[in-house]
Amino acid sequence: MKKTQKQNTGSDILRRILHNKTAMISGIIILIIIALAVLAPILSDYDETSQDLLKRLMPPGNGHIFGTDELGRDVFTRIFYGTRVSLMIALIPTALAVILGAVAGICAAQFRGAADFIIMRIADVMLAIPGMLLAMVVLYTLGGSLASVIISLVLVEWGGIAVVVRTATLEIRECEFIEAAVSTGAGRLRVIIRHILPNLVPTLIVLFTLNIPSSILSESALSFLGIGIQPPQVSLGLMVGVSRQYLFQSPHLALAPACMIMILVLSFNFLGDALRDILDPDRRTL
Amino acid sequence: MSEQILLSADKVTKSFPLGNRKRHIAVNNVSLEMYRGETLALVGESGCGKSTLAKLLMRLTDADSGRVFFDGTDISALSGRALRPYRRKMQMVFQDPASSLNPRMNIRDIIAEPLEVWHICKSRKETDERVKELLDLVELKESYLSRFPHQFSGGQKQRIGIARALALNPDLLVCDESVSALDVSVQAQILNLLKRLKKDLGLSCLFISHDLSVVNFIADRVCVMRAGEICETGDVSAIYSSPTHDYTKYLLSSIPRTRGMGNQVDPGDGVMGS
Repeated sequence: MKKTQKQNTGSDILRRILHNKTAMISGIIILIIIALAVLAPILSDYDETSQDLLKRLMPPGNGHIFGTDELGRDVFTRIFYGTRVSLMIALIPTALAVILGAVAGICAAQFRGAADFIIMRIADVMLAIPGMLLAMVVLYTLGGSLASVIISLVLVEWGGIAVVVRTATLEIRECEFIEAAVSTGAGRLRVIIRHILPNLVPTLIVLFTLNIPSSILSESALSFLGIGIQPPQVSLGLMVGVSRQYLFQSPHLALAPACMIMILVLSFNFLGDALRDILDPDRRTL
Repeated sequence: MSEQILLSADKVTKSFPLGNRKRHIAVNNVSLEMYRGETLALVGESGCGKSTLAKLLMRLTDADSGRVFFDGTDISALSGRALRPYRRKMQMVFQDPASSLNPRMNIRDIIAEPLEVWHICKSRKETDERVKELLDLVELKESYLSRFPHQFSGGQKQRIGIARALALNPDLLVCDESVSALDVSVQAQILNLLKRLKKDLGLSCLFISHDLSVVNFIADRVCVMRAGEICETGDVSAIYSSPTHDYTKYLLSSIPRTRGMGNQVDPGDGVMGS
C-alpha cells in the first residue's frame, strides 16, 4: 500500500478510490450487476414465473441462454430476478444492522457503566449463538418471507458491528479534540454528532461493505434449506436449492445461480477490503 | 497585577487504579492559588501529575477529594448544567496540535464551535466575522478558513487551537505543554504570541511545561511539582536565583547548556554557575 497520511477529505478519498484497481474493478462489477438486476424486465423476453412444461430442463441454447428449469422457466431471467432479492437482502439488513450496531456501540462507549455492560452482554449473547442457528430459529418462528429473513439477519449481524463500533468510539474518545469540545461546554449529543460520528464514518462504510457478503451467503443458505425465501419468489439460494435434485441431469440449473452468488460475494468482499485500506489505513486487522 | 484570587485548589487528590487493588496517586493533597492576570507555571518532570492537576482544575476529571474554587465559587461540587457557565470562563490549549483538532472539521468550523455551543453570534455571518477576527488575532490568513487540519504545520495548528480557546473570551487560559511538541523556532513564535495575547486581552494563564527555559520566559510565578505534590512555589526570579527545595535545584541544574556559547542562550543565567 502506498504511504498514506490520514488525509480523509472527500476529494482525497475519491482520488484514492479511483487509483485503487481492486476497488474500481469490483465496484464496476457490482454496478453492472445492480444495473442488470434493475433492468431485468427490459433485458429479458421471458417472465420469471411463466412456466412452459413442454420445455422442461432444456440445456443452454435455443433462445434460453442458461437453459430452462424443472418447470420450463428461463434460468437467465430468473437469475436476475433472484439477484434483485439477493441484493435487497444484501443491502437492507446490513444497513439496518450497521445502524443498530452503531447506535448500540456508540451508546456503550459514550455512557460506559451500566449501559455499556448491558448492551455489550446482549451483544455477547448474540455472538455466542451460531449465526445460522439463530437465523433458523427466528425464521421457524416467523415463517419464511423476505421480512423475516431481513429481521433474522439484522439480529445475527448487529452484535459484531456493535463490538467494533464501541472499540472505535473508545479510541476516538481518547483524542484531545473530544476533550477540547467538552471543555468548550459542548454537550454529549453535540460531541457524538459533530465529533465522534464523522470520525466513525470510514469504519462504518467498511463494516457495511464487509458484512454484505455474509448477508448474501446467509440468505442463500437459508433459502437453500427451504426456510428463507419461499416460491414463487425467486432468490439465488432458492434456485440452487431446488435444482439439487437435477444436479446430474442438468448441472447448469445449479451452476448458473451459484456462479452469480460467487461473483456478488467476491466483488463485495474485494470492494470492502479495498475500502478498508483506503479509508482506514490504521485498522487493517479489523 | 491585582491580588485577587482567580483560581484556587484546596487539598485536591486524584488517584488512578493500578490493578491489584492498588492505586497510583497522581495528585496528592495539592493546594495552590492563582491570581487574576498572572501567568502561573506548573513545572515538573513527565508523569508528576501536572496534566492531571490541570484537568482537575478545569473539571475535565473529578477529584477524589478536595475542592476547586473559581472566582470564589466551589466548582468541584457542581455538575453538568451548573458547571457549564464556568467552562466558558476557562479554556485550554492542548499538548498535541495534531490530535486536538478534529480531522474532519475545517478551520472555520473548529474555531466557530465554541461560538455555536454558546449561541454567541446571532447569524452565520456574524460567526464568520468573529472567526476571521480570531484568525487575525493568532496571525493566520483568512484564506485558511476552508482548509482541514492536516493541511497545516504543527505551529499553525497550535495557533488554531489558541484561536479556538480565545473564542469565548475566557478569563483563564490553560496551556498544557502547548509548545512542547513544536520545534524551537516555532516555540518562540507561539510563546511570543501567547505573551502578546496575555497582555492585550488581560488573560490569566496556567502554563504547564517541563521546559524551564520556556517557563522563565513566560511565567510570573512558578509551582514546582514532583510525584503528585507541589514542592516549591514562588516568583520566577526567586525560583531561578535561589531555589530552596533540592528538587528545584536538581531541575535547574539539568537544563542542557552549551559550553562556551555565551550567556544569552542560557536561560538560567548565572544560577547554576559553579
